[in-house]
Amino acid sequence: MNNVFVYIEIEDREIADVSLELLTKGRELANTLGVKLEAVVIGKDVEGLAPELAKYGADTVWVADNEIFAPFRTLPHTAVMVGLIQQEKPQIALFGATPVGRDFAPRVSSALHSGLTADCTELVIGEHKDAKTGKEYDSLLYQIRPAFGGNIIATIVNPECRPQMATVREGVMRKEALTTPAAGEVKNIDWKPMVKDTDLAVRIVERHIEERKINIKGASIIVAGGYGVGSKEGFQLVHELADVLGGEVGASRAAVDAGFTEHERQIGQTGITVRPKLYIACGISGQIQHTAGMDGSAMIVSINTDPAAPITKIADYAITGSVEEVIPKMIKYYKQNSK
Amino acid sequence: MEKVTKIVVMAKQVPDTRNVGKDAMTAEGTVNRAALAAIFNPEDLNALEMALQMKDTLGNATVHVLTMGPQRAADIIREAMFRGADGGYLLSGKEFAGSDTLATSYALSCALRKINPDIIVAGRQAIDGDTAQVGPQVAEKLDLPQVTYAEELVAINDREITIKRRLERGSEVVVAPLPAVITVNASAKECRPRNAKRVMKFKYALATSELAAADDKRRAFIDERSCLHIVEFAAADVDPDPTQLGLSGSPTKVKKIENVVFQAKEAKTLTADDKDIEALMQELIASHTLG
Repeated sequence: MNNVFVYIEIEDREIADVSLELLTKGRELANTLGVKLEAVVIGKDVEGLAPELAKYGADTVWVADNEIFAPFRTLPHTAVMVGLIQQEKPQIALFGATPVGRDFAPRVSSALHSGLTADCTELVIGEHKDAKTGKEYDSLLYQIRPAFGGNIIATIVNPECRPQMATVREGVMRKEALTTPAAGEVKNIDWKPMVKDTDLAVRIVERHIEERKINIKGASIIVAGGYGVGSKEGFQLVHELADVLGGEVGASRAAVDAGFTEHERQIGQTGITVRPKLYIACGISGQIQHTAGMDGSAMIVSINTDPAAPITKIADYAITGSVEEVIPKMIKYYKQNSK
Repeated sequence: MEKVTKIVVMAKQVPDTRNVGKDAMTAEGTVNRAALAAIFNPEDLNALEMALQMKDTLGNATVHVLTMGPQRAADIIREAMFRGADGGYLLSGKEFAGSDTLATSYALSCALRKINPDIIVAGRQAIDGDTAQVGPQVAEKLDLPQVTYAEELVAINDREITIKRRLERGSEVVVAPLPAVITVNASAKECRPRNAKRVMKFKYALATSELAAADDKRRAFIDERSCLHIVEFAAADVDPDPTQLGLSGSPTKVKKIENVVFQAKEAKTLTADDKDIEALMQELIASHTLG
C-alpha cells in the first residue's frame, strides 16, 4: 500500500534505459516518503530481470509472464496494470514517455480516474494547500513540465486521486545503480482474472524493427542545427563540422518541421534529451522546447546572428555570426590546432 | 440498404505554438495568447486525411469532425468541410472550462455516445499540450480498442481495420475490430488541400450559436440547407455527469506556472573573426572538450 510503482519497459528482452532512470528517481521518491519501490514487469520470459531491477533500487518486482504480453499490445498491458494498481494501491505510478508508455498510461489513468502528467522534466515531493478548499497536503508529487510549446513551466499536482501518475522521457533523469542492491523480491501477478478475451482483439500481423542508425544519445559531441541554418543544403555544413569533430548531428524542432533534416535527430521536449560533453548550437534561437533537451550539456557553444537570442543566456560561448561564416572557420582552426 | 459507416474525426483548434514570435510574449513575460494564430492542430489534419481515405475505400461512409472549444473553433469544422468532411459537431460551453485531459476525454466521450460512430480518428497529440492522452482516454471511456501512431491505412471493411503503425524503431501492422479509436502520426499522409467548389458551398456553414447571431436572410438560407448547419452541443445536450466536467472533473491541478526566464550565466561573447574562433578551438582542444 502507498508504495511507488515503476512500469518496466522491455525491448528485445532488455530493460529500456528510461525504466532504469525511473527506478533511480523512484528510489529517491520512495526514500523521501518512507515507502517501498516496486517494479512492474509485464512481458514474456522476463523473470530473470529481477536482479538488474534490484540493482537500481526495486524492493519488489511484480511479474506477469506470458506470451500474450509480447510484443506489447495496449489492452492486455492496461488490464494488468489497472488490476495490479487496484490491488496494491500505490500512491505514485511512473511510466516512460516512450511510444509504449504514451500509448497505454493515459488509458490506465482513465480507467482509474486518476490524473496523468505527460513528459515531466522533474519530479519532487512537496506540500500543497488547495487554494479553494484550504485543505493541506503533506507530501504530494510535484509533476513539473514545460507547457504551451515550452514557453511556460507548469507544476502539476494531483491532490485527491491515486495513484499520482506521470510519464518521463528517456534521458531526462539520471540512472544510477545502488552500491548495495535492494531486495528485488519477485511476486507473481495473478493476471488471469484481470485480462478479458476482448483485450486480445487487436492482432499484430507484421512487425519490423529497424536498427538504430543515428546515435545522438550516446554522442559526446553534438552539433545541432536550427531554423537559422536556413536550408537542407545549409545543414550540410552542420554535418561537416560534426564529422570533423567526431560528433553527431542534432536539430531543433523548427529545423525538423522545416524539413532540413530527419525527425530522429530532434532534440528537445518533444525529441531526445542529451547531455554531451560539448553542444554546438548553430542557428538555434533557444526556445525552452529545445533547451529542455540539451541544457544539461557540459559545455554549450552557440552560433547565432542575433546576440540577444535566448540561447546565448545558457551558452558558455556565444559567437555572434552566421553559420555559413563561422562553421568553415571552426573546421579550419580545429584542423590546424588538433593532432 | 447497406449500412453507412460513420467516421468521426476528433480535432482541436490550437494556438500556433510553433511560431512564437517576439510579440507573443507580453512585457511582463507572460504568453500573449491573442497574438498567436489559432490553427487546425497539425496532426488532426493527418487524421482527417486518413478518415477521408477510409471513406474513399468504403464508399458508403460519412466523415464528421468533432471539436470541443469556443464558438470560433467552428472555423476548423468549416476548414475540414472545405477539404472533404461532410459536416461537424461543436461541443461548447463554460462547463468545460479548465478541463485537464481526463475531463476533456470524458466530455468528448459523452458527445461521441450521442453521435455513435463506427470509427473515431484523431491526431496523435495537440501542439499546445503535446500530451497524446485524449485519444487513448476516449477509447477507454467508450471501452473501445485503440491503435495509436497510425501511419497508413492498409485495409478497411465494415467489421475491421488494418493499420500500419509507427514504433519507436520500426513499424507494425495491426488488425483491430470496429468500432475502434485510431490516432494518427505526423508521418502519415498529408491532408488533401481545399477543394474550390466545396469552399464556395461550405463557407456559409454556421454552428447553432453563430446562426442565432446571423441576420434573417442568412438564417433562412441555412434553414433550407441542413448540410450547412454545424451541430452544436451544449453540455446538457450530451447528458454528462456534471462532476466529471471542467475543473471539478480534473484530477490534476496546476499548482504553479512560471514563465520561462533564462538564467543568465557567464557567457563569453565572441565575434565571428578568425582570431576569436581560433582562440575558441584552441581552448576546447586544450581542455580536452575536443579531441
